[in-house]
Amino acid sequence: MTQQQSDGPVPAGPQGGGPEGGALELQSRGEPFWNTARPLRALLVAGTGVAALVALVGTAVNGVVDPHVALAFCLVIAGGELARITLPGHRESAPIALSGAISYAFLISLGGEPVHHGVAQVVAVVALGVALGELPHVAVGRSPRVEEVARRVLTALLLAATFRPLAEHLSLTDSSILVALIMAGLVVTAWLVDVGLSALLRAERLRTRLWVATRDEARAQVATGGAIASSGVLIALACTVTGPVGLLVFSAPLLVSQVAFRRHAEVRRTYLETVRALSRVTEVGGYVENGHSRRVSRLAHGIACELGLAERELLELEYAALMHDIGQLSLREPIAGGATVLSSPREQRRIAELGSAIIRETGVLDNVAELVRRQCEPLRGDGDEGVPPLGSRIIKVANAFDDLVGDTREVERRTAVIERLRMDTDSEYDPRVVDALDRVLDRA
Amino acid sequence: MRALPGGARVYVGIIVVSAVAIVLVGPYTGIDVGTLVLMVVLFVVAESISTHVLVDVKEAGISPSSAVALAAVVLVGPVGAAVVGFSCCLTLRRQALVKRTFNGAQYAIAGFATGHVYLLLGGTVGVPNQSDFPGIVLPYVVAVLTYTLLNSLLIGALMWCLGLTRATPGRRPQRWRPLIALEVTSIGYQMLGLAIAAIWGAVGIVAPLLILLPLFIARWTFGQQTAEARAHEATLATLCQAVETKDYYTRGHCMRVAEGSAMIAAELGMSAERVQKIRYAGMLHDIGKLGVPTKVIQKTGKLTDDEYAAIKLHPTRGYEIVREISFLDEALAGIRHHHERLDGRGYPMGLVGMEIPESARIISVADVFDCLTSTRSYRNAWSVEDAIAELRRCAGTQFDPRMVEALVRAVSREGWQTPDITEPPGGRYGATEDGDAPATGVPAPSPSKNGAGTATVAESTSAGVVTGGQDR
Repeated sequence: MTQQQSDGPVPAGPQGGGPEGGALELQSRGEPFWNTARPLRALLVAGTGVAALVALVGTAVNGVVDPHVALAFCLVIAGGELARITLPGHRESAPIALSGAISYAFLISLGGEPVHHGVAQVVAVVALGVALGELPHVAVGRSPRVEEVARRVLTALLLAATFRPLAEHLSLTDSSILVALIMAGLVVTAWLVDVGLSALLRAERLRTRLWVATRDEARAQVATGGAIASSGVLIALACTVTGPVGLLVFSAPLLVSQVAFRRHAEVRRTYLETVRALSRVTEVGGYVENGHSRRVSRLAHGIACELGLAERELLELEYAALMHDIGQLSLREPIAGGATVLSSPREQRRIAELGSAIIRETGVLDNVAELVRRQCEPLRGDGDEGVPPLGSRIIKVANAFDDLVGDTREVERRTAVIERLRMDTDSEYDPRVVDALDRVLDRA
Repeated sequence: MRALPGGARVYVGIIVVSAVAIVLVGPYTGIDVGTLVLMVVLFVVAESISTHVLVDVKEAGISPSSAVALAAVVLVGPVGAAVVGFSCCLTLRRQALVKRTFNGAQYAIAGFATGHVYLLLGGTVGVPNQSDFPGIVLPYVVAVLTYTLLNSLLIGALMWCLGLTRATPGRRPQRWRPLIALEVTSIGYQMLGLAIAAIWGAVGIVAPLLILLPLFIARWTFGQQTAEARAHEATLATLCQAVETKDYYTRGHCMRVAEGSAMIAAELGMSAERVQKIRYAGMLHDIGKLGVPTKVIQKTGKLTDDEYAAIKLHPTRGYEIVREISFLDEALAGIRHHHERLDGRGYPMGLVGMEIPESARIISVADVFDCLTSTRSYRNAWSVEDAIAELRRCAGTQFDPRMVEALVRAVSREGWQTPDITEPPGGRYGATEDGDAPATGVPAPSPSKNGAGTATVAESTSAGVVTGGQDR
């Protein structure tokens, strides 16, 4: 099943632009997956798919050990996968499925009866459970991001491969603390591997720097990882006493966490949607060209990834880019054509100040307000405040580019505009930002 | 704590003395000291974390530590549970001595009583074996209920002594719903106490840590979510107000309409989530006005056909702006149709009667109510009574009577915040233009505070007011 998913055409992310999804999302062109722009992802998916297939065939040939236990875990994993959630940054996560997989890999005995399943069976059960849980999603057209599914199976594989050989020699009667420590150590290691892997994938997807992506991923996954890992270990340990009932009872704390994660992600998404939608008021009001704010924000995001901004800064930059023209609302009448780059520097400054004042009013977006306030300062800044923040310099370049190019897709025009911006790199625009813009446009 | 009233002082004294007596008298025979100490440590840690890390969480009533208290009932019996409960005094937090002692004593008594209930129903003290299993569940469930009930009773009695629960007449009944949700969650947390007890023997101290960690992470995430939701609301409100700066007279209009719509929705008994959506829709209802040229909005004279058409577009414009905010879903219709009238003479689509979405009928009433009670460039503000009379008069033709009555009930109970703006700096927009009687054709029913002006107000008034222009 996993294999089939990896063979299919790479599903295009429908998530649109923005740091939460990734601007300039690489489009699927319906090419076979070995021709992809993201070889690491293809490698991971294909590798995991093959491993899962081998495990499935192996298990089918050798027969299933303790079939009832396998079935119970398979069902829990399928249920967890069915209830998967999307966390901020379009990270898909299936906490219950993953903790079920972890506990199946760690299971020593069930209600006093030792269990003897091997590595291959763990992988097969997890892969089957995941596939079953994803089927309804696929049926209604919400295909998962295959690399995230692959990461879950891979985590189970890693844990099973390291723990199953030990399991025969361990028992919970004498030194349960030791067992718990071994499990904790393994699960932490697996978490680190997973973070590294997802950072590689993120860096590849967003074209950002690896260490930046690693930090982002570690920060994003510390809470979910902690909840998942502790529940996984807990279930494995508890099932020795309570039998299969423990599988359900001890998933409960994680279920509470999952609800919390989901609601948090919803609020984050809503927030972004709101700002995106309201950034259009300047367009409807005739102050700027249609789609301007959004194009600037997508460009700014691409440039910022190229320059290695962290996720948090990316989000602030997106808000700032979306709202960079909001100061125009305070003007009595729109500027002709709305292109701020063509108005006088004094007017530009005033709009930036007005916009920044509006944003500061919220009381929660001070950094964003600062980015907006300094968006039109020259490269060396003006006044005593020194060089404007990188985010402001990025918005300045992206805004100027979009004002000059507009909605056209002509390559010549783009090149000409880039050249024009380059001519001003000694005073107005940051040369690094302009170079990054050039690279972003080359790829798109 | 500040000086307590006499009654409260006696009550706290009784509780503390009986708790101390329970803890001192024992008996401690048959209690494993190691387990007891671990439970105490665990309880104190859990309490401390929940107060320190999770300050921001509104539902402060629940804390994962109650799961530990109930595990103590199973593992170390009534007296042990009392000791564990009393250890609440040791929690690391800033709290006055009296409050701290009372909390400890209250938990101790609740734990002790719960322990006896549990024993009475045939529960066994100590690490439960596999053979105990189905049988132990019933006494445990009853114990959980007893514990919740006792804690509420003990706190409730204190509140009563302090005089904090003096019946506030006419509070909204809906407040019960979140409270019940809170209790259910809390009972869910406490069921995990049995889980802690069940695996205590096999994995010892590691078990509760593993159980509590996801719960703490969940609470932390809830806190984050609350903060984020607040930020979202602040941003939304600010942006709406930014749009309003175009017309001096409509300052604060969106926020008041949001409040009014929420009041109506709550009065109709809608769920908290839906009330919130309608609140946001109320806040955003005029966002499309931005597409209307400033001079049209601020114009006080007669509007031309073109200008009127431009104004009529604003609900649709607004809908186009916000339709991507997916969580608003049905409330989006409220923005689009808030100028429809029950008799079908509204815009943009001329829907009739109940074809108009519920949220739109709510927002429309709140919108007009706020317009009437605030000053406009062409007339002074009306009093709340006059505005209500006007709404009632138009109920059935323009407004849904249900919504009007709900607003009247809510306003009579909670009052209405009228704007304090009277004159914009620099005089009225219309001051320089000709004195053409604006908006209604009725010369601004200005001194309507005495109520005499109401009778002269033609039906067209409210419609004119709504459009920010005039009815023709």
